[in-house]
Formats: sequence, structure tokens, C-alpha cells
Amino acid sequence: MIGIEHYLTTASILFVIGIFGLFLNRKNVIILLMSIELMLLAVNINLVAFSSYLGDLVGQVFTLFILTVAAAEAAIGLAIIVSFFRNRGTIAVEDVNVMKG
Amino acid sequence: MSIFVSTFYLFSLSVIAGGLMTVISRNPVHSVLWLILAFLSSAGLFVLLGAEFLAMLLIIVYVGAVAVLFLFVVMMLDVDFSTLKAEMAGYLPIALLIAVVLVMQLAMAFGLWSYADTAVGAREVLVNPEYHNTQALGLILYDRYFILFQLSGLILLVAMIGAIVLTLRHRKNVKRQNILSQIYRDPDKSLEILDVKPGQGL
Repeated sequence: MIGIEHYLTTASILFVIGIFGLFLNRKNVIILLMSIELMLLAVNINLVAFSSYLGDLVGQVFTLFILTVAAAEAAIGLAIIVSFFRNRGTIAVEDVNVMKG
Repeated sequence: MSIFVSTFYLFSLSVIAGGLMTVISRNPVHSVLWLILAFLSSAGLFVLLGAEFLAMLLIIVYVGAVAVLFLFVVMMLDVDFSTLKAEMAGYLPIALLIAVVLVMQLAMAFGLWSYADTAVGAREVLVNPEYHNTQALGLILYDRYFILFQLSGLILLVAMIGAIVLTLRHRKNVKRQNILSQIYRDPDKSLEILDVKPGQGL
């Protein structure tokens, strides 16, 4: 067996790549959503690694719920992007300023 | 190096490469394809960890549904992605700075953490070698976590209704079928019998 640190290192590198993508693709909302998916995937890898090494199944159950919520979030986010693109003709984050927030 | 270790490194490197290429790829269609690679290889990591059900679920849900949804939206929206990507270089320094700082913060914990003394005692559901992974997950999912399971179903229902409400669009000047008016149509009023005289017309 390989040590748990290997899995944790992989997951943390993936998480940092997700945050890197959030700052790198400030214009493109679709890639921002993909970066969020990458970060959730990193968290899932962490949970499953600890679940496997401690012999506790609860981590896998929580990964199941995170998968559900991530799928719902992706669907809603993409629906918002589609309806925003219909109204404004762009998906750049800077142009989302209708509410002057 | 045993085959287990080399398989781990293969999947781990392809997860990281897929994630990195998702983020820095110029074409968003390529981004989605790299994202699919990252999901597939992390499913491989899950299999190595003994979580077979979650690995298959990751492939079905993410590759089969979410990534295809992303691909669909990327191809459907007529966005000029080259202008969006042109300003990517301007954000590179700050993104690299934040990534390096985060890596350093995470690396500070590397090798220095340990399990708490109560960690082993605090385990909720021990892995029972009698059952395989899917069976064991089902036994606790429908038992201890039944409320959470139902609530996640509710979340999916709300997401489905929300996505439909957000994207549904009623176009004007499009002829539609009105089923009620078809059902309530009265043959006595819609049909008229005329006695047409020869050579006269109506």
C-alpha cells in the first residue's frame, strides 16, 4: 500500500490548480465553473482517501452527497449562463453589473 | 516499484495534468475534454482506494452528465473565446502568486500532521469485509443517512425545476397546439351542411 500522504498531495495540488484557474480565467464563467468542479474533486479525493485509510465508510457517503450537490450546482450555473447570454450576448464576468453590486 | 504504486502515479499525474490543462487551455472545448480526463483518472484513484461504487458514480455522473452539459453549453453559446482568452496573460502574475502562496501554506502541514488519539475511536461506520463496497454503502445510506439521502433528492428536484425555469422561453408569433380548445371543440358549431344548387355556387 502507498501512504495516505500521496493522495493528500495529489488532492492539494488539484485544489491549488482549481484556485489558480479561478484567478487566471477571470473573463470566462464556464471555465470558472470547471475550476470549481476541480476543487470539489480534490475535496472528494481527500474524503475518500481518509475513508479508506481509517476504515470508515462515512467519508464515502459524504462524497456521494458532494457529488449530488456539485451536479445540481453545475446544472443551475450553466442555466444561469445560458439565460444571461441570451439577454446580454456575453459571458464575461465584468459585464455582470446590472444590479451595480 | 509494484504495479499498484505505478498505477497510482499514472492516475495521479493524469489527474494533475488534466486539471492544469483544463485551466490553461485556450479552447474551452479542449478544456472540457481535459476535465473529462481528470474525472476519469480520479475514478481510477477511487478504485485504487477501494471505493468502487463512487468511482463508477463519478464516471456516470460527471463524465456522462456534467461534462456533456458543459460541452453542450460551450458549443451552444456563440462566444468569441479568443478575446476572452487574450486577457489571460494579464491575470497570470496574480494567479501564480496566489497559487504559490497557497502551495507554501499547504506544504507547511506536509509530514507534520498526525491522527488525533481519538480519531480511531470516533469512527462511525467501520468497513465490514463481509460486504463489498456498494452493498455496505447501500446499507448505511438507506439506514443512517436516509434523511440526507432524501434531501439530496430534493436538491436535485429543485435544481431541475430551476434550470427549466431559467432557460424556458416563450416565443411570440409561434403557432402552438392548444389541446383544451381542441378537446372542447363542438362538432355542431364547426360543421355546417349546405344545400348547393347546381350551377350557382355558394
